[in-house]
Order: sequence, then structure tokens, then C-alpha cells
Amino acid sequence: MKRLCTTTLAAMALAGAAHAEGELNIYNWGNYTNPDLIKKFEETYDIKVTITDYDSNTTALAKVEAGGHGFDIVVPSHSYIPIYVEKGLLMKPGIPEMENYGNISDQWRNVDWDPNREYSVPWQWGTTGVAVNTSVYSGDINTSAIWLEPPAELVGKVNVVPEMQDVMNLALFYVGGEPCTTDREVLKKARDVLVAAKPNWMSMDYGMTEKLSNSDVMASVNWNGSTFRARINNPDVAYGYPKEGYPVWMDSAAILSDAQNVDNAKLFLNFIMDPENAALISAFARYANGIDGSEAFMPEDMKTAPEIVVPEELKAAGKFTGACPAEAQEFYTAIWTELQK
Amino acid sequence: MSAPTPSTARTGWILSIPALILLALGASGPLLIVVVYAFLEPGEYSGVVWNFTTEAWFRVFFERDIFDDTVSMADAHLTIFWRSVKLSVLTTLITFAIGFPTAWFIATRPAGQRALWLFLITIPFWTNLLIRTFAIMEVIRNQGLLNTALIGLGVIGEPIQILYTDTAVLIGMAYVYLPLMVLPLYAAIDRFDFRLVEAGYDLYATRWRVLRRVILPIVKPGIVAGSILVFVPSLGAYVTPRILGGGKNMMIGNFIELQFGQGRNWPLGAALSLILLAIVLVALLAYVRVTSSDRQDG
Repeated sequence: MKRLCTTTLAAMALAGAAHAEGELNIYNWGNYTNPDLIKKFEETYDIKVTITDYDSNTTALAKVEAGGHGFDIVVPSHSYIPIYVEKGLLMKPGIPEMENYGNISDQWRNVDWDPNREYSVPWQWGTTGVAVNTSVYSGDINTSAIWLEPPAELVGKVNVVPEMQDVMNLALFYVGGEPCTTDREVLKKARDVLVAAKPNWMSMDYGMTEKLSNSDVMASVNWNGSTFRARINNPDVAYGYPKEGYPVWMDSAAILSDAQNVDNAKLFLNFIMDPENAALISAFARYANGIDGSEAFMPEDMKTAPEIVVPEELKAAGKFTGACPAEAQEFYTAIWTELQK
Repeated sequence: MSAPTPSTARTGWILSIPALILLALGASGPLLIVVVYAFLEPGEYSGVVWNFTTEAWFRVFFERDIFDDTVSMADAHLTIFWRSVKLSVLTTLITFAIGFPTAWFIATRPAGQRALWLFLITIPFWTNLLIRTFAIMEVIRNQGLLNTALIGLGVIGEPIQILYTDTAVLIGMAYVYLPLMVLPLYAAIDRFDFRLVEAGYDLYATRWRVLRRVILPIVKPGIVAGSILVFVPSLGAYVTPRILGGGKNMMIGNFIELQFGQGRNWPLGAALSLILLAIVLVALLAYVRVTSSDRQDG
């Protein structure tokens, strides 16, 4: 999910010390890793880090599964961790015994998708909602109606990120359904509302940090951190939490079972559970990170940002959504194909 | 040269072994995998399950209505295929309309200058396709170069929405594939004997008749080669429709990517890839027919 990915496909190969002790290959979402964090890790441990980008969970999974990739660490979304585990692609590196394990917030320690954090440590978490340019539309933005039944001011100026899972889940919430449902009546309603909405959209594209900043789009289904970054450039941009329901997600770093640099990878997992380093991750991509005490090291504007601090009355609408089983996935793809045909 | 003796024939085979191995591994091998995958079941989260089925092929052409289980033609798939073919044909026509005069211009320059003009044509190839596509986007977006200039000149009051339309995809593909049309056309026109045009005029042919009856038949192989070179990659285009088309309306390339990515249905993706391959083969067969009939006539 998330962030502006795809547009910047260039892999960031950060030059480390000339005679690095070892190597570490990280496979992570595009435009998601703070170069300062990597530099600090390289200098601390004398390890040369190489980062390779991906733009979707499916791309990452397919490449990892194919083997021969040479990656040590991958950062899947919560919904994909159980899939990696089931396929035997992740190792148990003894995370609960790590020095900084205690820093993981209670909320994020014993999670459904990775009980006791045997496989993964928190990287960042966020929400999928709507970003709106409030100079164009000043009404209620805490609703999916922004993109599913856009107000006149926004017609033809709306973008929808082409992230099937998130978009389908938002649409299902909007019509009163649940994610991964196989209830045909509900699916039909979701399809109808999506197909009817499409003529009002300008595009289905990624890269919203830039496009919202430049006012190329006036509203978009978007991730909170990306919207935060856009708001820093363009104060008119605001983030809404759809009251009908919106997806919450967390990406976690894990070590691949065929990693070549296991010791270095373990150092890295422990490294990012240090509050000061976790704060570096958040300071770059602008999502919260799930490590206690990191707030103290974060930029001042992160602590009060409306994109990070979920309003109390809208907290209940946020829901963790998993990857759908094949049967539900087939419905999703059929509706998605009809939407994009 | 005399006819090859058995020993030189053997040497020839031995020498071509690296190329043969490369072809077998690099072309036939992957293709075989695609064919096999098209007859398997999709895996739960990605990949395939090794059970034989023709379900993927059924799904290419027909759809079971997810809401009432009735079977009908796969309307969405046909729409996507039709859009791809339509845009590719239009791209071919546009590049021909621009490419033919360009190639003619270059071929009629003094011999010393032609290399320079050809060199200019190839300059876009120096830059990555993705970067060229983003450059086009910078030109046609609402706050971009074109709209700003037109508004500045007072030609239009409001920016024209070009980005994220089929027009944008056409502009992008025509720009990207134009050199592929110009180069074979140039090669054909370059060999053209201009005395034939004079002969035509001497025999009282009109300009139009000279173009139609003298020039076009002779440069036809160049036209066909250029059209194939533009049509084939246009049909499988992925980057341009994704970025300039705004992702709202898919082309075949994007549709195949969906199956391997978010759709998690590799067999369907494999079957669609083979359909794409079949369309390309038909186009190439047409090419062979056209050019070989030329030889018989000539």
C-alpha cells in the first residue's frame, strides 16, 4: 500500500564507508527509507547498506518467492506477514530477546499477524483516507463521499490511488459491508457505487505527495503520511478519516529465511527499535512508528499533526484489514477490472 | 565461394552453439513457462498450483457473472483489447504521417548531412523511457508548459485537460515510437532511385499518381517494417498508458500486470500474454505475406 512509490523507481544505493565490515541488503517500499537512518547505521556498524525499492506487496512477495534476490530484510504490510510466514520465507531471529524489544508499544507488540513479534519489528503504521484541497472544497472531509459521490467542486479533480485492496475496502465500508466479504448483495452495491463514481475521477494514479502539493489534483484517496508531506508543501491540503470506515495498516521489517547477512540484519532490526532511530524513520516518511519514546526525537510538527493523531470520535472507524482469501479476491479483481476497463 | 563442405557446415553449427543456447534459454524457455502456467490453477496468494485446467483460457473470453453465475462474453476484456488495438493503430498512423515526410526530408539532404539528421532522430533513445514519459507529462499537465504557454498567449482561458486522457497516451506513444518509424522509412527512401520520379513525370503522371504508383510501392517494405516496429510495442505498452493515461483505462499490458500483481491470478496473466503474442504473430505473418508478394510482382 501507501506512499508515492512507483514514480521514483531509482534504487537508492547509498555509498557506505570505503572498507565496510559487511553488507546488508534491504528491500523496502519506494521513497520510504530515511537516508540519514541508513547513514547512521552504516557509520555505527561499518556495514554497507543497499536499498532496493518495490511498489506493492505482491511485487515484493513474487520476487522474494522466486529466490536469488540477495535481499536480507523485507518490509511487508501486516496483511502479508502471515503469507510470508506460511510460505516459510521469514526466519525467527529471536526478536523478543533483542535489547530494544521492550521499546515496542504495547499496542503493537502482541499483534494478530505476528504474535509476540517473533518474525517482525514495527517499521511504520498509518491509515488510508482522503486528502482534500480545502481551498476548493470546505465541507466535511471525514467521509468517502469525497471520492465516491464527489461534491460539485471536486468533480473531475479527484484521484484514486490504484491500490485494489484499499480502494475496495473503502468502498465496501461505504456501502456498509466488511472487507473480504463474499456477500454478493454488498459487493454489487460496492461495484455500483464505484462504477458510478469513476466518471467523476480525473485519474487513478500514485505519486500524490507531489500532485497534491502542486494542486494537480484537488482530492485523492491517499495515505496519511503522504498527505502530511503534501500539506507541508501546500497548507490547503487536509486529511480526512472516512467515518464509514477506513483501513489501518502497519509495515514491519523482517529477515528473510535465505538472508546472506543474518547478523547484520539482526543488528538492523534492533537498531530501528531504538526510539531515536525509529524517530528518523518517521521524520522522513511522516508516519507513526510504534516505538515507545520515539516522539521525543521527532520533529515538533509530528506530535500534533492531524494526519498522525486520529481524532477520538473517528478512531473506531479505523479497521485492520487482512489479505483476502482467494474466493473474495476473485470478486475484488472482477470488480476492479470492470472499474478500469 | 563453393558449396559448403560437410566439415565447414559442422564448423558453422559449432560456432552457432552459443547463439542457439542463448535462444533456447532466453526465448524458448521463458515462453514455455508462460505456456505451461496458462494451463494451471492460480495459487492462493501468488504463483500457481500444479493442477491442469483450462479455466484461465475460459476466463480470457468469457466471464461468469459474479452476481448471478450466468456466463457471457468477457465484455471488460474485449473493451481492453479493443482499446489497445485502436490506440496502437492510431499510433502507427500518426507516426507514419509525421515520420514519412521526416524520412523523406532526411533522404533528400546532401549525403554529407544525412548522418547528422539521423543522429538527431536517435537522440531521444539516449534517455530512459520512463524519464521521457515524465517529461511529456510535464509538458501537457494542467499547470504544465503547454497550458501555461497557451494561457499566456491568450489562446485559452482555462487549462485544457490533456493529461490522463487517451489523447495523452497517443501523444506519448507517438513521441516514443516515432524514431522506430523514421529509421526503416529512411532506409527505404534512401535506396529509392529518384530518376524513376522524373520518368513518371515524363510520362505525364500527376504528382499524386507518381506518389501512389511509383514512390509508395517501392518504399512499401520500409512502411511495413516501420508500422510493425511501432504497432508491436504499442500494443504491449505499459508505462505510457499507466503514467499519461492516469491508470483509469487499462491497455493489455496493464491488464496483464494486474493479474500478476494485485489480481494474484498468474494463469490468467499467462493466457493473456499468449493472446497478445498471437496478435503480434498475426501482424508479422501479414508482414511476411506483403513483402513476399512484392518479390513476386517485382
